[in-house]
Amino acid sequence: MQDTLAHLKHGEKGIITDISSIHIPLKLLEMGCLPGNFVQLVQLAPFQDPMYLNINGTHLAIRKETASHILIDKITDE
Amino acid sequence: MSKQINVALIGNPNTGKTSVFNALTGLNQKVGNYPGITVEKKEGICKLPRGVKAHIIDLPGTYSLNASSLDENVVIELLLNKNDKDFPDIAVVVSDVENLKRNLLLFTQIKDLEIPTLLVINMSDRMNYKGISLNIDYLEEHLQTKIALISTRKNEGIGRLKDLIANFKDLPITPCLNASEIDQDYFDNLRKAFPNQLLYKLWLVITQDVNFGKTDRKEIDAVANFKTKSKGDLKRLQQKETIKRYQFINNVLKKGQTIDVSQAKDLRTKLDRILTHKVWGYAIFFVILLTLFQAIYDWSSVPMDFIDNVFASLSEWAKDMLPNGAFTNLLAEGIIPGLGGIVIFIPQIAFLFLFIAILEESGYMSRVVFLMDRVMRRFGLSGKSVVPLISGTACAIPAVMATRNIESWKERLITILVTPFTTCSARLPVYLIIISLVIPEGRFLGLGYQALTLMLLYLIGFGVAVISAYILNKILKIKSKTFFVVEMPNYKLPLFKNVALTVIEKTKSFIFGAGKIILAISIILWFLASYGPGEQFHNAENIVKAEYITQNLTEEDLQQKIASHKLEYSFIGITGRAIEPVIRPLGYDWKIGIAIISSFAAREVFVGTLATIYSVGSDDEETIKNRMAGEVNLVLGGPLFTFASGISLLLFYAFAMQCMSTLAIVKRETNSWKWPLLQLVIMTVFAYIVALLAFQFLK
Repeated sequence: MQDTLAHLKHGEKGIITDISSIHIPLKLLEMGCLPGNFVQLVQLAPFQDPMYLNINGTHLAIRKETASHILIDKITDE
Repeated sequence: MSKQINVALIGNPNTGKTSVFNALTGLNQKVGNYPGITVEKKEGICKLPRGVKAHIIDLPGTYSLNASSLDENVVIELLLNKNDKDFPDIAVVVSDVENLKRNLLLFTQIKDLEIPTLLVINMSDRMNYKGISLNIDYLEEHLQTKIALISTRKNEGIGRLKDLIANFKDLPITPCLNASEIDQDYFDNLRKAFPNQLLYKLWLVITQDVNFGKTDRKEIDAVANFKTKSKGDLKRLQQKETIKRYQFINNVLKKGQTIDVSQAKDLRTKLDRILTHKVWGYAIFFVILLTLFQAIYDWSSVPMDFIDNVFASLSEWAKDMLPNGAFTNLLAEGIIPGLGGIVIFIPQIAFLFLFIAILEESGYMSRVVFLMDRVMRRFGLSGKSVVPLISGTACAIPAVMATRNIESWKERLITILVTPFTTCSARLPVYLIIISLVIPEGRFLGLGYQALTLMLLYLIGFGVAVISAYILNKILKIKSKTFFVVEMPNYKLPLFKNVALTVIEKTKSFIFGAGKIILAISIILWFLASYGPGEQFHNAENIVKAEYITQNLTEEDLQQKIASHKLEYSFIGITGRAIEPVIRPLGYDWKIGIAIISSFAAREVFVGTLATIYSVGSDDEETIKNRMAGEVNLVLGGPLFTFASGISLLLFYAFAMQCMSTLAIVKRETNSWKWPLLQLVIMTVFAYIVALLAFQFLK
């Protein structure tokens, strides 16, 4: 199974591979959440949700539910 | 005489757009509303070189021209409507050097509208700090624009910005990329069908519901019906367009911008670790709230007492110095106490807006949203509901408007419905005066009883708001996507100028907005209290004299008796006594009843109303508070304001929906009378029951 953004752990990074466009509003895309872009989990809120992310240099927070519709390839540090 | 240049400031939220606006206009600005909607319209005048003047509009912050809220819609409607008197001669896109990539998306969209567009890159003072360097010439060439690199914090680059605005005619109006490549056939057909219109404008009309300019309305309807593609296809096309724009931006920035990460220092991570910590995060938030209440209660009490005294003496002075007559009485008993009831709020309102402005400016508010989202969701609210609930402590009207960025309709509706429970600043004067009358002055653990009572009232307000949200969440059967995006901006030291201007602006609009109503009501009340129909009013002197003929009253006591007899049979007295049976079980007399009724115009009228009613016919120089303390309960004997009636009144004001302006704004934001009426009935009935129980138990 492919990883989604919701699977990222603290500090982990990835590249967005695909997004399920029905579940993702245009606004999120416009903020840089697009295939090919870099993403890192900066921090999880208390109770593990929402997620504080760095996507393509933009810092934003989204809920886990939304994050589960964004597919990624995790990057493991060399 | 040269013509004014119309300038539109456009940009993403958190780019310092407002700082640029403030730097350009200073105090030459005014805030109003766009006609028909409650979106704030900020405009100002800026003097440019060679005697040219620019009329500058600060448009609401938006991430793109694809509007998802009322505020964002204002931006497109202006930019698409050439007939609007504010249609810009030049669009100034404000960006932030650290988020250039994202900010440029909006820039490329605006360029497609073929309006002369200037790019401002703000916060240049942070470039070294973040290891960023820019090749301005390269960027200007490829983005087809001129760039003003500025720092509003250091006040650098503003001169060049003004020069560039003045020479707006030199700016190229060619788009910087060809977005129609994403589906050449489709756009070619579109162009053929409407050869006179701008392609990108057509595209915006097709993809969203924009309404611009009545003149070309017909043609626009035709465009909106140009549906050769399904909704899903259009959405995919929008997605493709966004990707295309980012490809272009990435290519330009690859050469135009270099970031040396090793140079970057990261304050954000350190602060975030503490401020969003699962223990410290909440603790710090709680301490901030505590400080806020301390400021409102303790720190502002000194100037407030001062203002109260000044107006009492002013009233007395007017009576002594001016010739006797109806006008003097109107002035001394109607207008001056009424004005006092407005001016007395200034310290508190200013403190409230000061805190809220600092929290917003510093970037802390987003952290609170992040921290609270999971908790608030349990109650059917969103993390973003925290902002309306906090700013609701200032006033429910901006708070209801602040719900606009909540994406889920259900969460937004619930937030709107429960926000009026939070203790707004209009309740504050009522609380303050009643608390000082009925709560003793002692201290508990170093905190005054009075301050604790106030804090408790705030907590009750929040508590009831949250509990009602929970119930509403269970009852309301609305399906809407729960979706939530919040930008986490960089931490910034709030700019003094921005904070000060916000405080001045908000306080001013509160004072003049509410002030007009308060003053009008004070004058009406004075008339109603000073005149009356029938024998009992006109012959009051003889009737009272006859009644007390056997007792040897001093002249002063007799005058007092006559005055209160007159008041009782004045227009206001008759109305008041008619409603008295309804409110007597709550421990109120008819004067309080009148104050409650006039509170429906605005709660803060309560104090002014009592001040007016009590001062009619009284000669002494007295503060409002002393007058209230002197009132006697005619049925039970003893003072009117006891612990029981005081608590009952406090609770009534805590829960009752007594604000017409809030109802109006809720109607506008929910687009239906159903919700505001529901609020009015449920909140007021609930308030009545709670106040009734409180008085009957404590009596």
